[in-house]
Amino acid sequence: MGCTYKYKEVILNRLLLSGNEAIALGAFEAGVMVGTGYPGTPSTEILENLTTYPGLYTEWSVNEKVAFEVGIGSAISGARTLVTMKHVGLNVAADPLFTSSYVGVKAGLVIVNADDPEMHSSQNEQDNRNYAYAAKVPMLEPSDSQEAKEYTKKAFEISESYDTPVILRTTTRVSHSKSIVIPQALQARNKAAIGFERNLEKYVMIPAFARLRHIEVEKRMQRLKEDVNRFDINRIEINDTKLGIITAGICYTYVKEVFPKASVLKLGIVNPLPADLIREFCTKVDSVYVVEELDPYFEIRIKAMGIQIEGKKYIPITGELNPDIIRKSLRIAGYKSKKTLKEGLKTSLKLPPRPPLLCPGCPHRAVFTVFKKLGLTVTGDIGCYTLGVLPPFNAMDTCIEMGGGIGVAQGIEIAQGEKRHGKTVAVIGDSTFAHSGITGLLNAAYNKRSSLIVVLDNGTTAMTGMQPNPLSGERINGEETIKLDYKKLAHAVGIGEDNVRIVDAYKPEDIEEAIDSLLKSKALSLLVVKGLCVILKRRRKRA
Amino acid sequence: MNSVLNILMVGVGGQGIMMASDILALALMYSGYDVKKSEIHGMSQRGGSVFSHIRYGEKVYSPVISEGEADILFSTEEMETVRWLNYAGSESCIISTKTKINPAEVKEYPQGVEDELKKKCKNLVLVDHEALSREIGNIKFLNVALLGLLSTHIDVPVDSWEKAIEERVPAGSYEANWKAFITGKEYKTEES
Ligand SMILES: Cc1ncc(C[n+]2csc(CCOP(=O)(O)OP(=O)(O)O)c2C)c(N)n1
Repeated sequence: MGCTYKYKEVILNRLLLSGNEAIALGAFEAGVMVGTGYPGTPSTEILENLTTYPGLYTEWSVNEKVAFEVGIGSAISGARTLVTMKHVGLNVAADPLFTSSYVGVKAGLVIVNADDPEMHSSQNEQDNRNYAYAAKVPMLEPSDSQEAKEYTKKAFEISESYDTPVILRTTTRVSHSKSIVIPQALQARNKAAIGFERNLEKYVMIPAFARLRHIEVEKRMQRLKEDVNRFDINRIEINDTKLGIITAGICYTYVKEVFPKASVLKLGIVNPLPADLIREFCTKVDSVYVVEELDPYFEIRIKAMGIQIEGKKYIPITGELNPDIIRKSLRIAGYKSKKTLKEGLKTSLKLPPRPPLLCPGCPHRAVFTVFKKLGLTVTGDIGCYTLGVLPPFNAMDTCIEMGGGIGVAQGIEIAQGEKRHGKTVAVIGDSTFAHSGITGLLNAAYNKRSSLIVVLDNGTTAMTGMQPNPLSGERINGEETIKLDYKKLAHAVGIGEDNVRIVDAYKPEDIEEAIDSLLKSKALSLLVVKGLCVILKRRRKRA
Repeated sequence: MNSVLNILMVGVGGQGIMMASDILALALMYSGYDVKKSEIHGMSQRGGSVFSHIRYGEKVYSPVISEGEADILFSTEEMETVRWLNYAGSESCIISTKTKINPAEVKEYPQGVEDELKKKCKNLVLVDHEALSREIGNIKFLNVALLGLLSTHIDVPVDSWEKAIEERVPAGSYEANWKAFITGKEYKTEES
């Protein structure tokens, strides 16, 4: 196995970083003072990494909406702020997003939004570029770790120059792939002076003031539309002019792999689009294809400019792209990649799959065995315990979004009336309960529902890699803090003493007895099944 | 001509594939290559199959390897080696341990896995993981020992390996890991 390439001098200050690690480094280099977020694959490691840098404040917020709101507060008080979340997290934070666009910033506010094409770890594969357009905020999209770092810094500059929050969009492949990054010195910590200054017309969005701010937003986007044509993060690479490709993010790396000779317009900014630059590129090449994952986001906008291009006619709209898919798609369009495709070895041996499963000894296991035994309709939620849907348990009937199971259970009971009473149970993890389950509980209490809500408390946010949450008594940096008191919470929403129970996750008989008697009571009930996550237990033992 | 080499590392959660691929990627970087590494973590951590793509050369664009394009397929579990065979081509070098790990809900390991490998792979290096583990004295360092074996197939100077291992293994375990690496490097395999 030989490689013809001769070593260069080893450059010792190079780092091999994931996109997420690079974003944290970029934020540090940009002098970020505050980082907030809620865990979610593939975004989680950004804040975990940022926490390791000195001289800044970070927190796991209770959910993405609160994370965003804390970020607005710190940014309008002069502290550069990074807010991180996965794509579905931005749904939760959409409300503050749309109005923070009107309010703007004082110091830079950058939201990192990590999309998950292919749903490696998600319940849907929405394309959040649409949010940037809808909320009228700039969005940048890097294609490797070095760009992830540079674009993070650029995003802070844009945020301050144009008085707007800026979204940095990654996808799983960018967040989780590692590539070489060259670190730089820390920039001056803060450009804006620290301090909140009263400015009612800018910060209080009553209709009279918001109308004026909307005009400012439109002016800002107009200014940006002109300026983005000169941003160096958009780049025209003219090679062979027969084939032109417009692309961004990870797809750029695939395109360069498959069509090294093609001319490429690499867009570093997703919103607003550099119209002049796009026109210029399209006049220089014979035909233009757009290569983008998920929605035809660029395609419909470029077509609306009256330019003849193709995209989704050939490129799949679902799932992740990769060099092979692009090669095959554009071959149908009539463009053959010079690089010949190698045949992979074939085998006809049938192999059993190796799906993700609940760990041996996982505290979530017993409760699903009980659900199955009792034949309950289980409205589930999102976390490790969603694996209760798979064999050997097969004990989950719905899973929509975080916190959703509690509301869905109420709806099922309302629609089915008396006959299925006592047959439905909502199951939810501790982090998810804090994130958005408590509002569902309050709704049930307020509307006199008689649901049974089972919280699986494993002391951590396991699914995303063991982040502490308001039920684990610990903050992001390990500092001790409050633990939400289930009994007092239940009491506060009017659940009677007998209808709130806390049982040991490793005692199936106790779990069964509790579920049975709580369902029979026909009153709103909260059952907490407690047992420390086995991975966390092992980690603590080692430490 | 920009030549990029591709190494696909596969195994089962808990076998140290992530650490091994990190060490390899770092060693490549310290040797002056451009390098990219791609894997998916999240749900697959929980007992599922684990994989890591590593691509290196003068300039690397895509972090993912295309089917048939892995120059080396490196595997720590026999069934996983077969599962990922479509990423290897007829000329690829396939390094695999004979480790057999049943998926959680499966009682019987599938038959004929080793025969299939011998039949399909021209350049097959089968590693008796038990013998190698005995030689290094601790199965914990098997992943690094296997990197030692891999090191005889690629062009990376020894000081890059040293630096990469030191950087990535837990504090205090460098000596033991380095010994495992050397043992793996000198290990005589049954090449077919
Ligand atoms: C709005 C939103 N934010 C984040 C996520 C990512 N995510 C999936 S499950 C989960 C939390 C799981 O923690 P918990 O409820 O404690 O259950 P566990 O995994 O510990 O069993 C998170 C943060 C998501 N799916 N949706």
